[in-house]
This record gives sequence, structure tokens and C-alpha cells, in this order.
Amino acid sequence: MITFSKQQLKIPRLQRPVYLVTAGQSKFDRAFPDKRTEELCIDAFVMAASLLDISPADLKRSIHTCYYGHFADHFGDQLLGESVIHDRLGLDPLGNVGVKTGGATGGSTIWEGVKAVASGYSDCVLVMGWERMDEVPTDEGNFLISCAADKDWESPLGHIYTGYYAVMAQRYWQIFGRSEDSFRKTLAAIAVKHHGYARFNPFAHSPMKITVDDVLNSPVVAYPLHALDCCLMSVGAACTILCDEETAFRLTKNSKNKPLRIWAAAGSHTLRPADRRHMDIPLLPHETADQYKDLGERFPGGERYPGFTGFLAARMAAYYGYGMAGITDPMEDLDVLELHDAFTISDVQTYEDIGLRPYGYGRDYVESGDCYHTNPHTGQPGRLPSNLSGGLIGCMHAVGATGIMQTLEVATHIWNRWEEIHGDEKTWKDFNREKPDDWTSLQVRGARRGMAISHAGVGSHVTATILMDPDHLMKKDA
Amino acid sequence: MSMHGQVFVKNNQYKMRGDFHHLTPNTPIRDADNGWRLLGVTNPRDMTYIHSYGGEAVFFESLSQKKLLATRCDNRNCESEGTIHIPFRIHCPDCLARNTIIDLTDIAKKTARIHTFMVCARSGAFNVLAKPITFINIEFDGVPTILMSYLSLGEPAFGMKVVPIFKTSEPTFTILDLSWVPEGTKNNQLPEGFAF
Ligand SMILES: [Zn+2]
Repeated sequence: MITFSKQQLKIPRLQRPVYLVTAGQSKFDRAFPDKRTEELCIDAFVMAASLLDISPADLKRSIHTCYYGHFADHFGDQLLGESVIHDRLGLDPLGNVGVKTGGATGGSTIWEGVKAVASGYSDCVLVMGWERMDEVPTDEGNFLISCAADKDWESPLGHIYTGYYAVMAQRYWQIFGRSEDSFRKTLAAIAVKHHGYARFNPFAHSPMKITVDDVLNSPVVAYPLHALDCCLMSVGAACTILCDEETAFRLTKNSKNKPLRIWAAAGSHTLRPADRRHMDIPLLPHETADQYKDLGERFPGGERYPGFTGFLAARMAAYYGYGMAGITDPMEDLDVLELHDAFTISDVQTYEDIGLRPYGYGRDYVESGDCYHTNPHTGQPGRLPSNLSGGLIGCMHAVGATGIMQTLEVATHIWNRWEEIHGDEKTWKDFNREKPDDWTSLQVRGARRGMAISHAGVGSHVTATILMDPDHLMKKDA
Repeated sequence: MSMHGQVFVKNNQYKMRGDFHHLTPNTPIRDADNGWRLLGVTNPRDMTYIHSYGGEAVFFESLSQKKLLATRCDNRNCESEGTIHIPFRIHCPDCLARNTIIDLTDIAKKTARIHTFMVCARSGAFNVLAKPITFINIEFDGVPTILMSYLSLGEPAFGMKVVPIFKTSEPTFTILDLSWVPEGTKNNQLPEGFAF
């Protein structure tokens, strides 16, 4: 049993409010044989400037420091790739730094940018992330990804990261999912939802109109996970601009973007799942220790926390983030989410870690219809829609950009610009993608608050990025 | 063919022999849809790394001697005193004192059981295990950690008792030298090169 000190559990505090004013992203795809990474980054930056109705040069003049999220140097085969991008963006002589925390790189890069503004070091920062995953074929790519596991104790075992993750999925599947067909169908429904929402997103890499049976009939990768349960391997870039209050209101003066308050928090856990030791479940504001007393009786084998079934890092990111932003119940306080659906089953595990449902009951978030833009049971708006972008399964997983893409997506709902940005005929045409005849706006009406979860591999790093309309804060002094 | 890079240590210095990289010429990447215009180039690279196991070297050496080593914090002032670590940790993660090396082979033989598992049809480049790979994560009595390894025989299940086997003939001196088989497996059923 391990414990954490009071100081370690302190709710972080920003020294001044931080605002997100704009964001941008490139097209996402499996490969870009005709584009260099810098071209994708510039596409993202130009979009961010255009949402503010200012020129890229004008936007650059406000930036004071730059944070670059790029996970895998060996994928892009360019050490210090951050410097290449910084140079091509023409941002000398500004200080810049690279950030890398596996799949959570995008979220961690935002985390760093938020702190730079909050501390007063900078009044305006660029947060840019990208990944180049098309410079090697898939087998070699799997090898490179496996290098993120422990190179002596894990990577030689097949050089297949999915396998190291999948053992955790198996445990969740049998203990909390009880190996039920109904649960397997719920997982498939998540893949259907995410590939389906991706159809309405011109940036998305894998739009698909599929059924639960299609998912169940797709090849088994590692049972219970089928190919369509797994996230994409994408190329692309995304960025956002974070500011202090004065700069935020100046930059958004002539634009439809309202400055949004932003908080970011992070948690971590052992790189090797093998090293996880037992602890009490850290509680979120709306939970009590009593509700978990008999978890092991309700789900035999589920008494060990976090075991192989919970993500402590996600729980801690939510704990710190909710505390900072004044969130007491995410289902009540938030209007839209983007979660790190690396696999359908890890999406369910995350629902529990961030408190959408108690541990053991994550599937209900899907089965109740709460997770949908429109609840399929009632035809009414879903209570807390998630991954309307398509997520990592339908939209993209270009690692360093992922957490930033998610944050952009949440922002477009609060700006009430989702429809404009995703429905624009010109974007569909520029990307050489066909806008479906049944294209539907997924704008969450009246969205005021949202959150993006960025997650690394087996749960070594997780961040929670929370956005709010400044007129709808949860607490005054947040 | 030239000799692959080999290394030994003398006077605490690496002594190297052979080739640590192999040169393969690059080739152009052209666009078949647009008059074969140039889009890029391939960059072949084959390189040998020199990696020290440091304080874990004894663990990897012992596998070929049919021993599964673990470590234990024996610092009387540590709140985790007595905690056993497998994977082998050189230092206690709580007090950072140097752990005591212990032999876990007997405990493994008597108490190892599968915590979770996964049969994985795919692998990445450079994989040398036969597919599908059966990943298993193993619990031991009195040990809070759950070791990841692979099952060489049989169908895995939660709680199933397994025993360690070791690659004693032509060991690789990597974690692949440790594998597991169901309790009750006979000597003549073991994969080639492995022993109890
Ligand atoms: Zn200790």
C-alpha cells in the first residue's frame, strides 16, 4: 500500500488567469508523401491566425515563447525537430523548448504553455504539436513505438506496444466487463460512434459509416480488441495560442473567437504496469470512500487499485484539474469532452478515472446515451457528448498534435464555431475529401465548459485540459 | 560478410571489434501519378548499439543459470521496508537505498500465477518470438509487483499456476531468456534450449 503526502496532493494554483484565444490544425492522414512536417505546422498556424481574422505575421508579433510537442524523434528521423519547425515558422529569437510525454505529448505541451503565461514569464505563447509517423512502414513503426516501453524488460517481448497495453484491457474485460457479449457490443458502439463522427470532420483521417457487426467482424488484434477498436497512426499538426487577459482581449477584438479560460493539470504512473503497487482510490470531489468499500465483492478481482484496470495518472490529472477549475461533478459541470480513445476499452476505463461514472460502471456512460451528440434512446441532446471530432479512432492520432487537436475541438463548441469550421465547403475541397450528403452539424448547443484528456501508452502520463467560457466559471477565484 | 560489431570491457573501457553499421545506398521516391517527379529519398540505416545493464546485469546473467533474481528494500527507516521488487529494481523507489538482491526462484516455482494475459497476433520489426505471442503478467505470493513475460505452452487463464523456464542453451542475455509454462509441464515438452 503506498500513500501520497499532503504536499503532493496540493491543488495547483495559477498565479493569474490564462486564456486560449485561437487554435489551428492541418489535415490528418496516414501519410503525406508530398508535404514536409513544416508545411503541416504552417497550415495549422495559418488556420489559427485566420480564426482571429489577423495575418500570421501579426499573430507572430504577439508571441513571446514557444512550446513544441513532438514525441518520437526516431519516427521523423530528425533530432531536435523542434528547432526546424521554430526556424521555418520564423520565430527567432524567441525561447523555445520541446516537450515529450508519449501519447500525452500534446496535452503536456499545453500544460507547459499554460504555466508560462500563468507565471508571468510570457503574455502570449505558441503551443504547437505534430508527429511524422509515415517515414517507416507499419512493422517498423510498431518497433519504434515499442521503444517507449522499458527497453530491457518489455520491448524485446514482441516489440509490439499494443500487447503491453492489451493485457490491461484483458483484465478490465474479464473483471469489470465480465466478458459479456453486451459489453463487447458497447465497445463496438464506441468505434461506430467515433468513425461515424469523423465523417462530419474534414480534417479526420478515418471517416467510416460502420455498424457494431462490422467492428466485431474486423480482424482480432488481441482479443477482445479488434482492428476497428484501435486508434489510428496519423501524420499532422495542431497548435493553439495562450495569453494573459490583456493580450487575449486585444487579439480577439475583431474575431468571433471569445477568449476562453484554460487550466491544465498532469498526473503520472509507472512506465511499466508491472511496477504498479496497491493504494487507496484517490477520490474526486463527488465520490466517497464508502462507495468503493465493496468494489471487490461487486466485481471479484477488482479490489486491487489501480491494479491493471485503472489509470492512476488520469485520476490524478482529473483530481488536480477539477480542483483548479472548481469542477465538483464533471457530468453536471461540463458540456463537451474529447477523450483519449487509444482503444475502445481504454475509453471506458477513462470514463471511470475522470469520474463520469464510478469505477466499475464506465460502460453506462455509453449505454445510457450520455456520450452521444444526440442520445439515440431519447432523440434529445446527449448529456455530455464526447469525441465529436472522431477522437483517436476516427479523427487522428498524430501523437504530438493529438492533445492539441482535442483542445481545439472543445474550443470550437464553446465559440459556437464548430459548424462553420467543420462544414466549410472550401476545407473539404482543399483536403480533397468529399463532404457526405448527410453531413450533420455536431455543434453542442450552448456549450460553456469542456475538457480534453491526453494520455500516454499504458498510463505513464495523463493531462486534463479544461476550457471555460469566462462568463460561466465554476468559481470566481479559479 | 563483414563481422557484426562486438564489444568487451577492459580497464572499464569499451573495446570494440567489427562493424557497428552497415552501409546501404539510398534510393529516390518518385510519384507514379505525376510523371515520376521526385518526392523524396529512402534513408537506410543499420546500426549496432552498445548498452550497459548496469546494476541489473546480474539479473540477466542469472537467467541463463536458471535463477530468477528480485530485489528487496532492507532499509529499516523506509516505510516500504521488506517490499520485494520484480522487475528487479536496483534502488528502492521510496527511499532510494540500494536494494538487497534475493533469489525468487523457489517462490516463483511454488506461487506464480497469471494475473492477466493477452494473445497477440501481431508483432513489430525485430521480433524473434513465435506468433501469436502469449503475454502473461505474473503474481507471486508476498510480492506487490506483477511481472510481464510470455507463456511458451498452453492456454492462459486468470489465476492459472505457471512455473518459470530458462534459456540455458545459447542464452540471449535478454528478458527473452525467461519464459513460463503451465504447472505440471514435463521436461520433454519444453521449447528448445529451455530448462526448468
Ligand atoms: Zn526503501
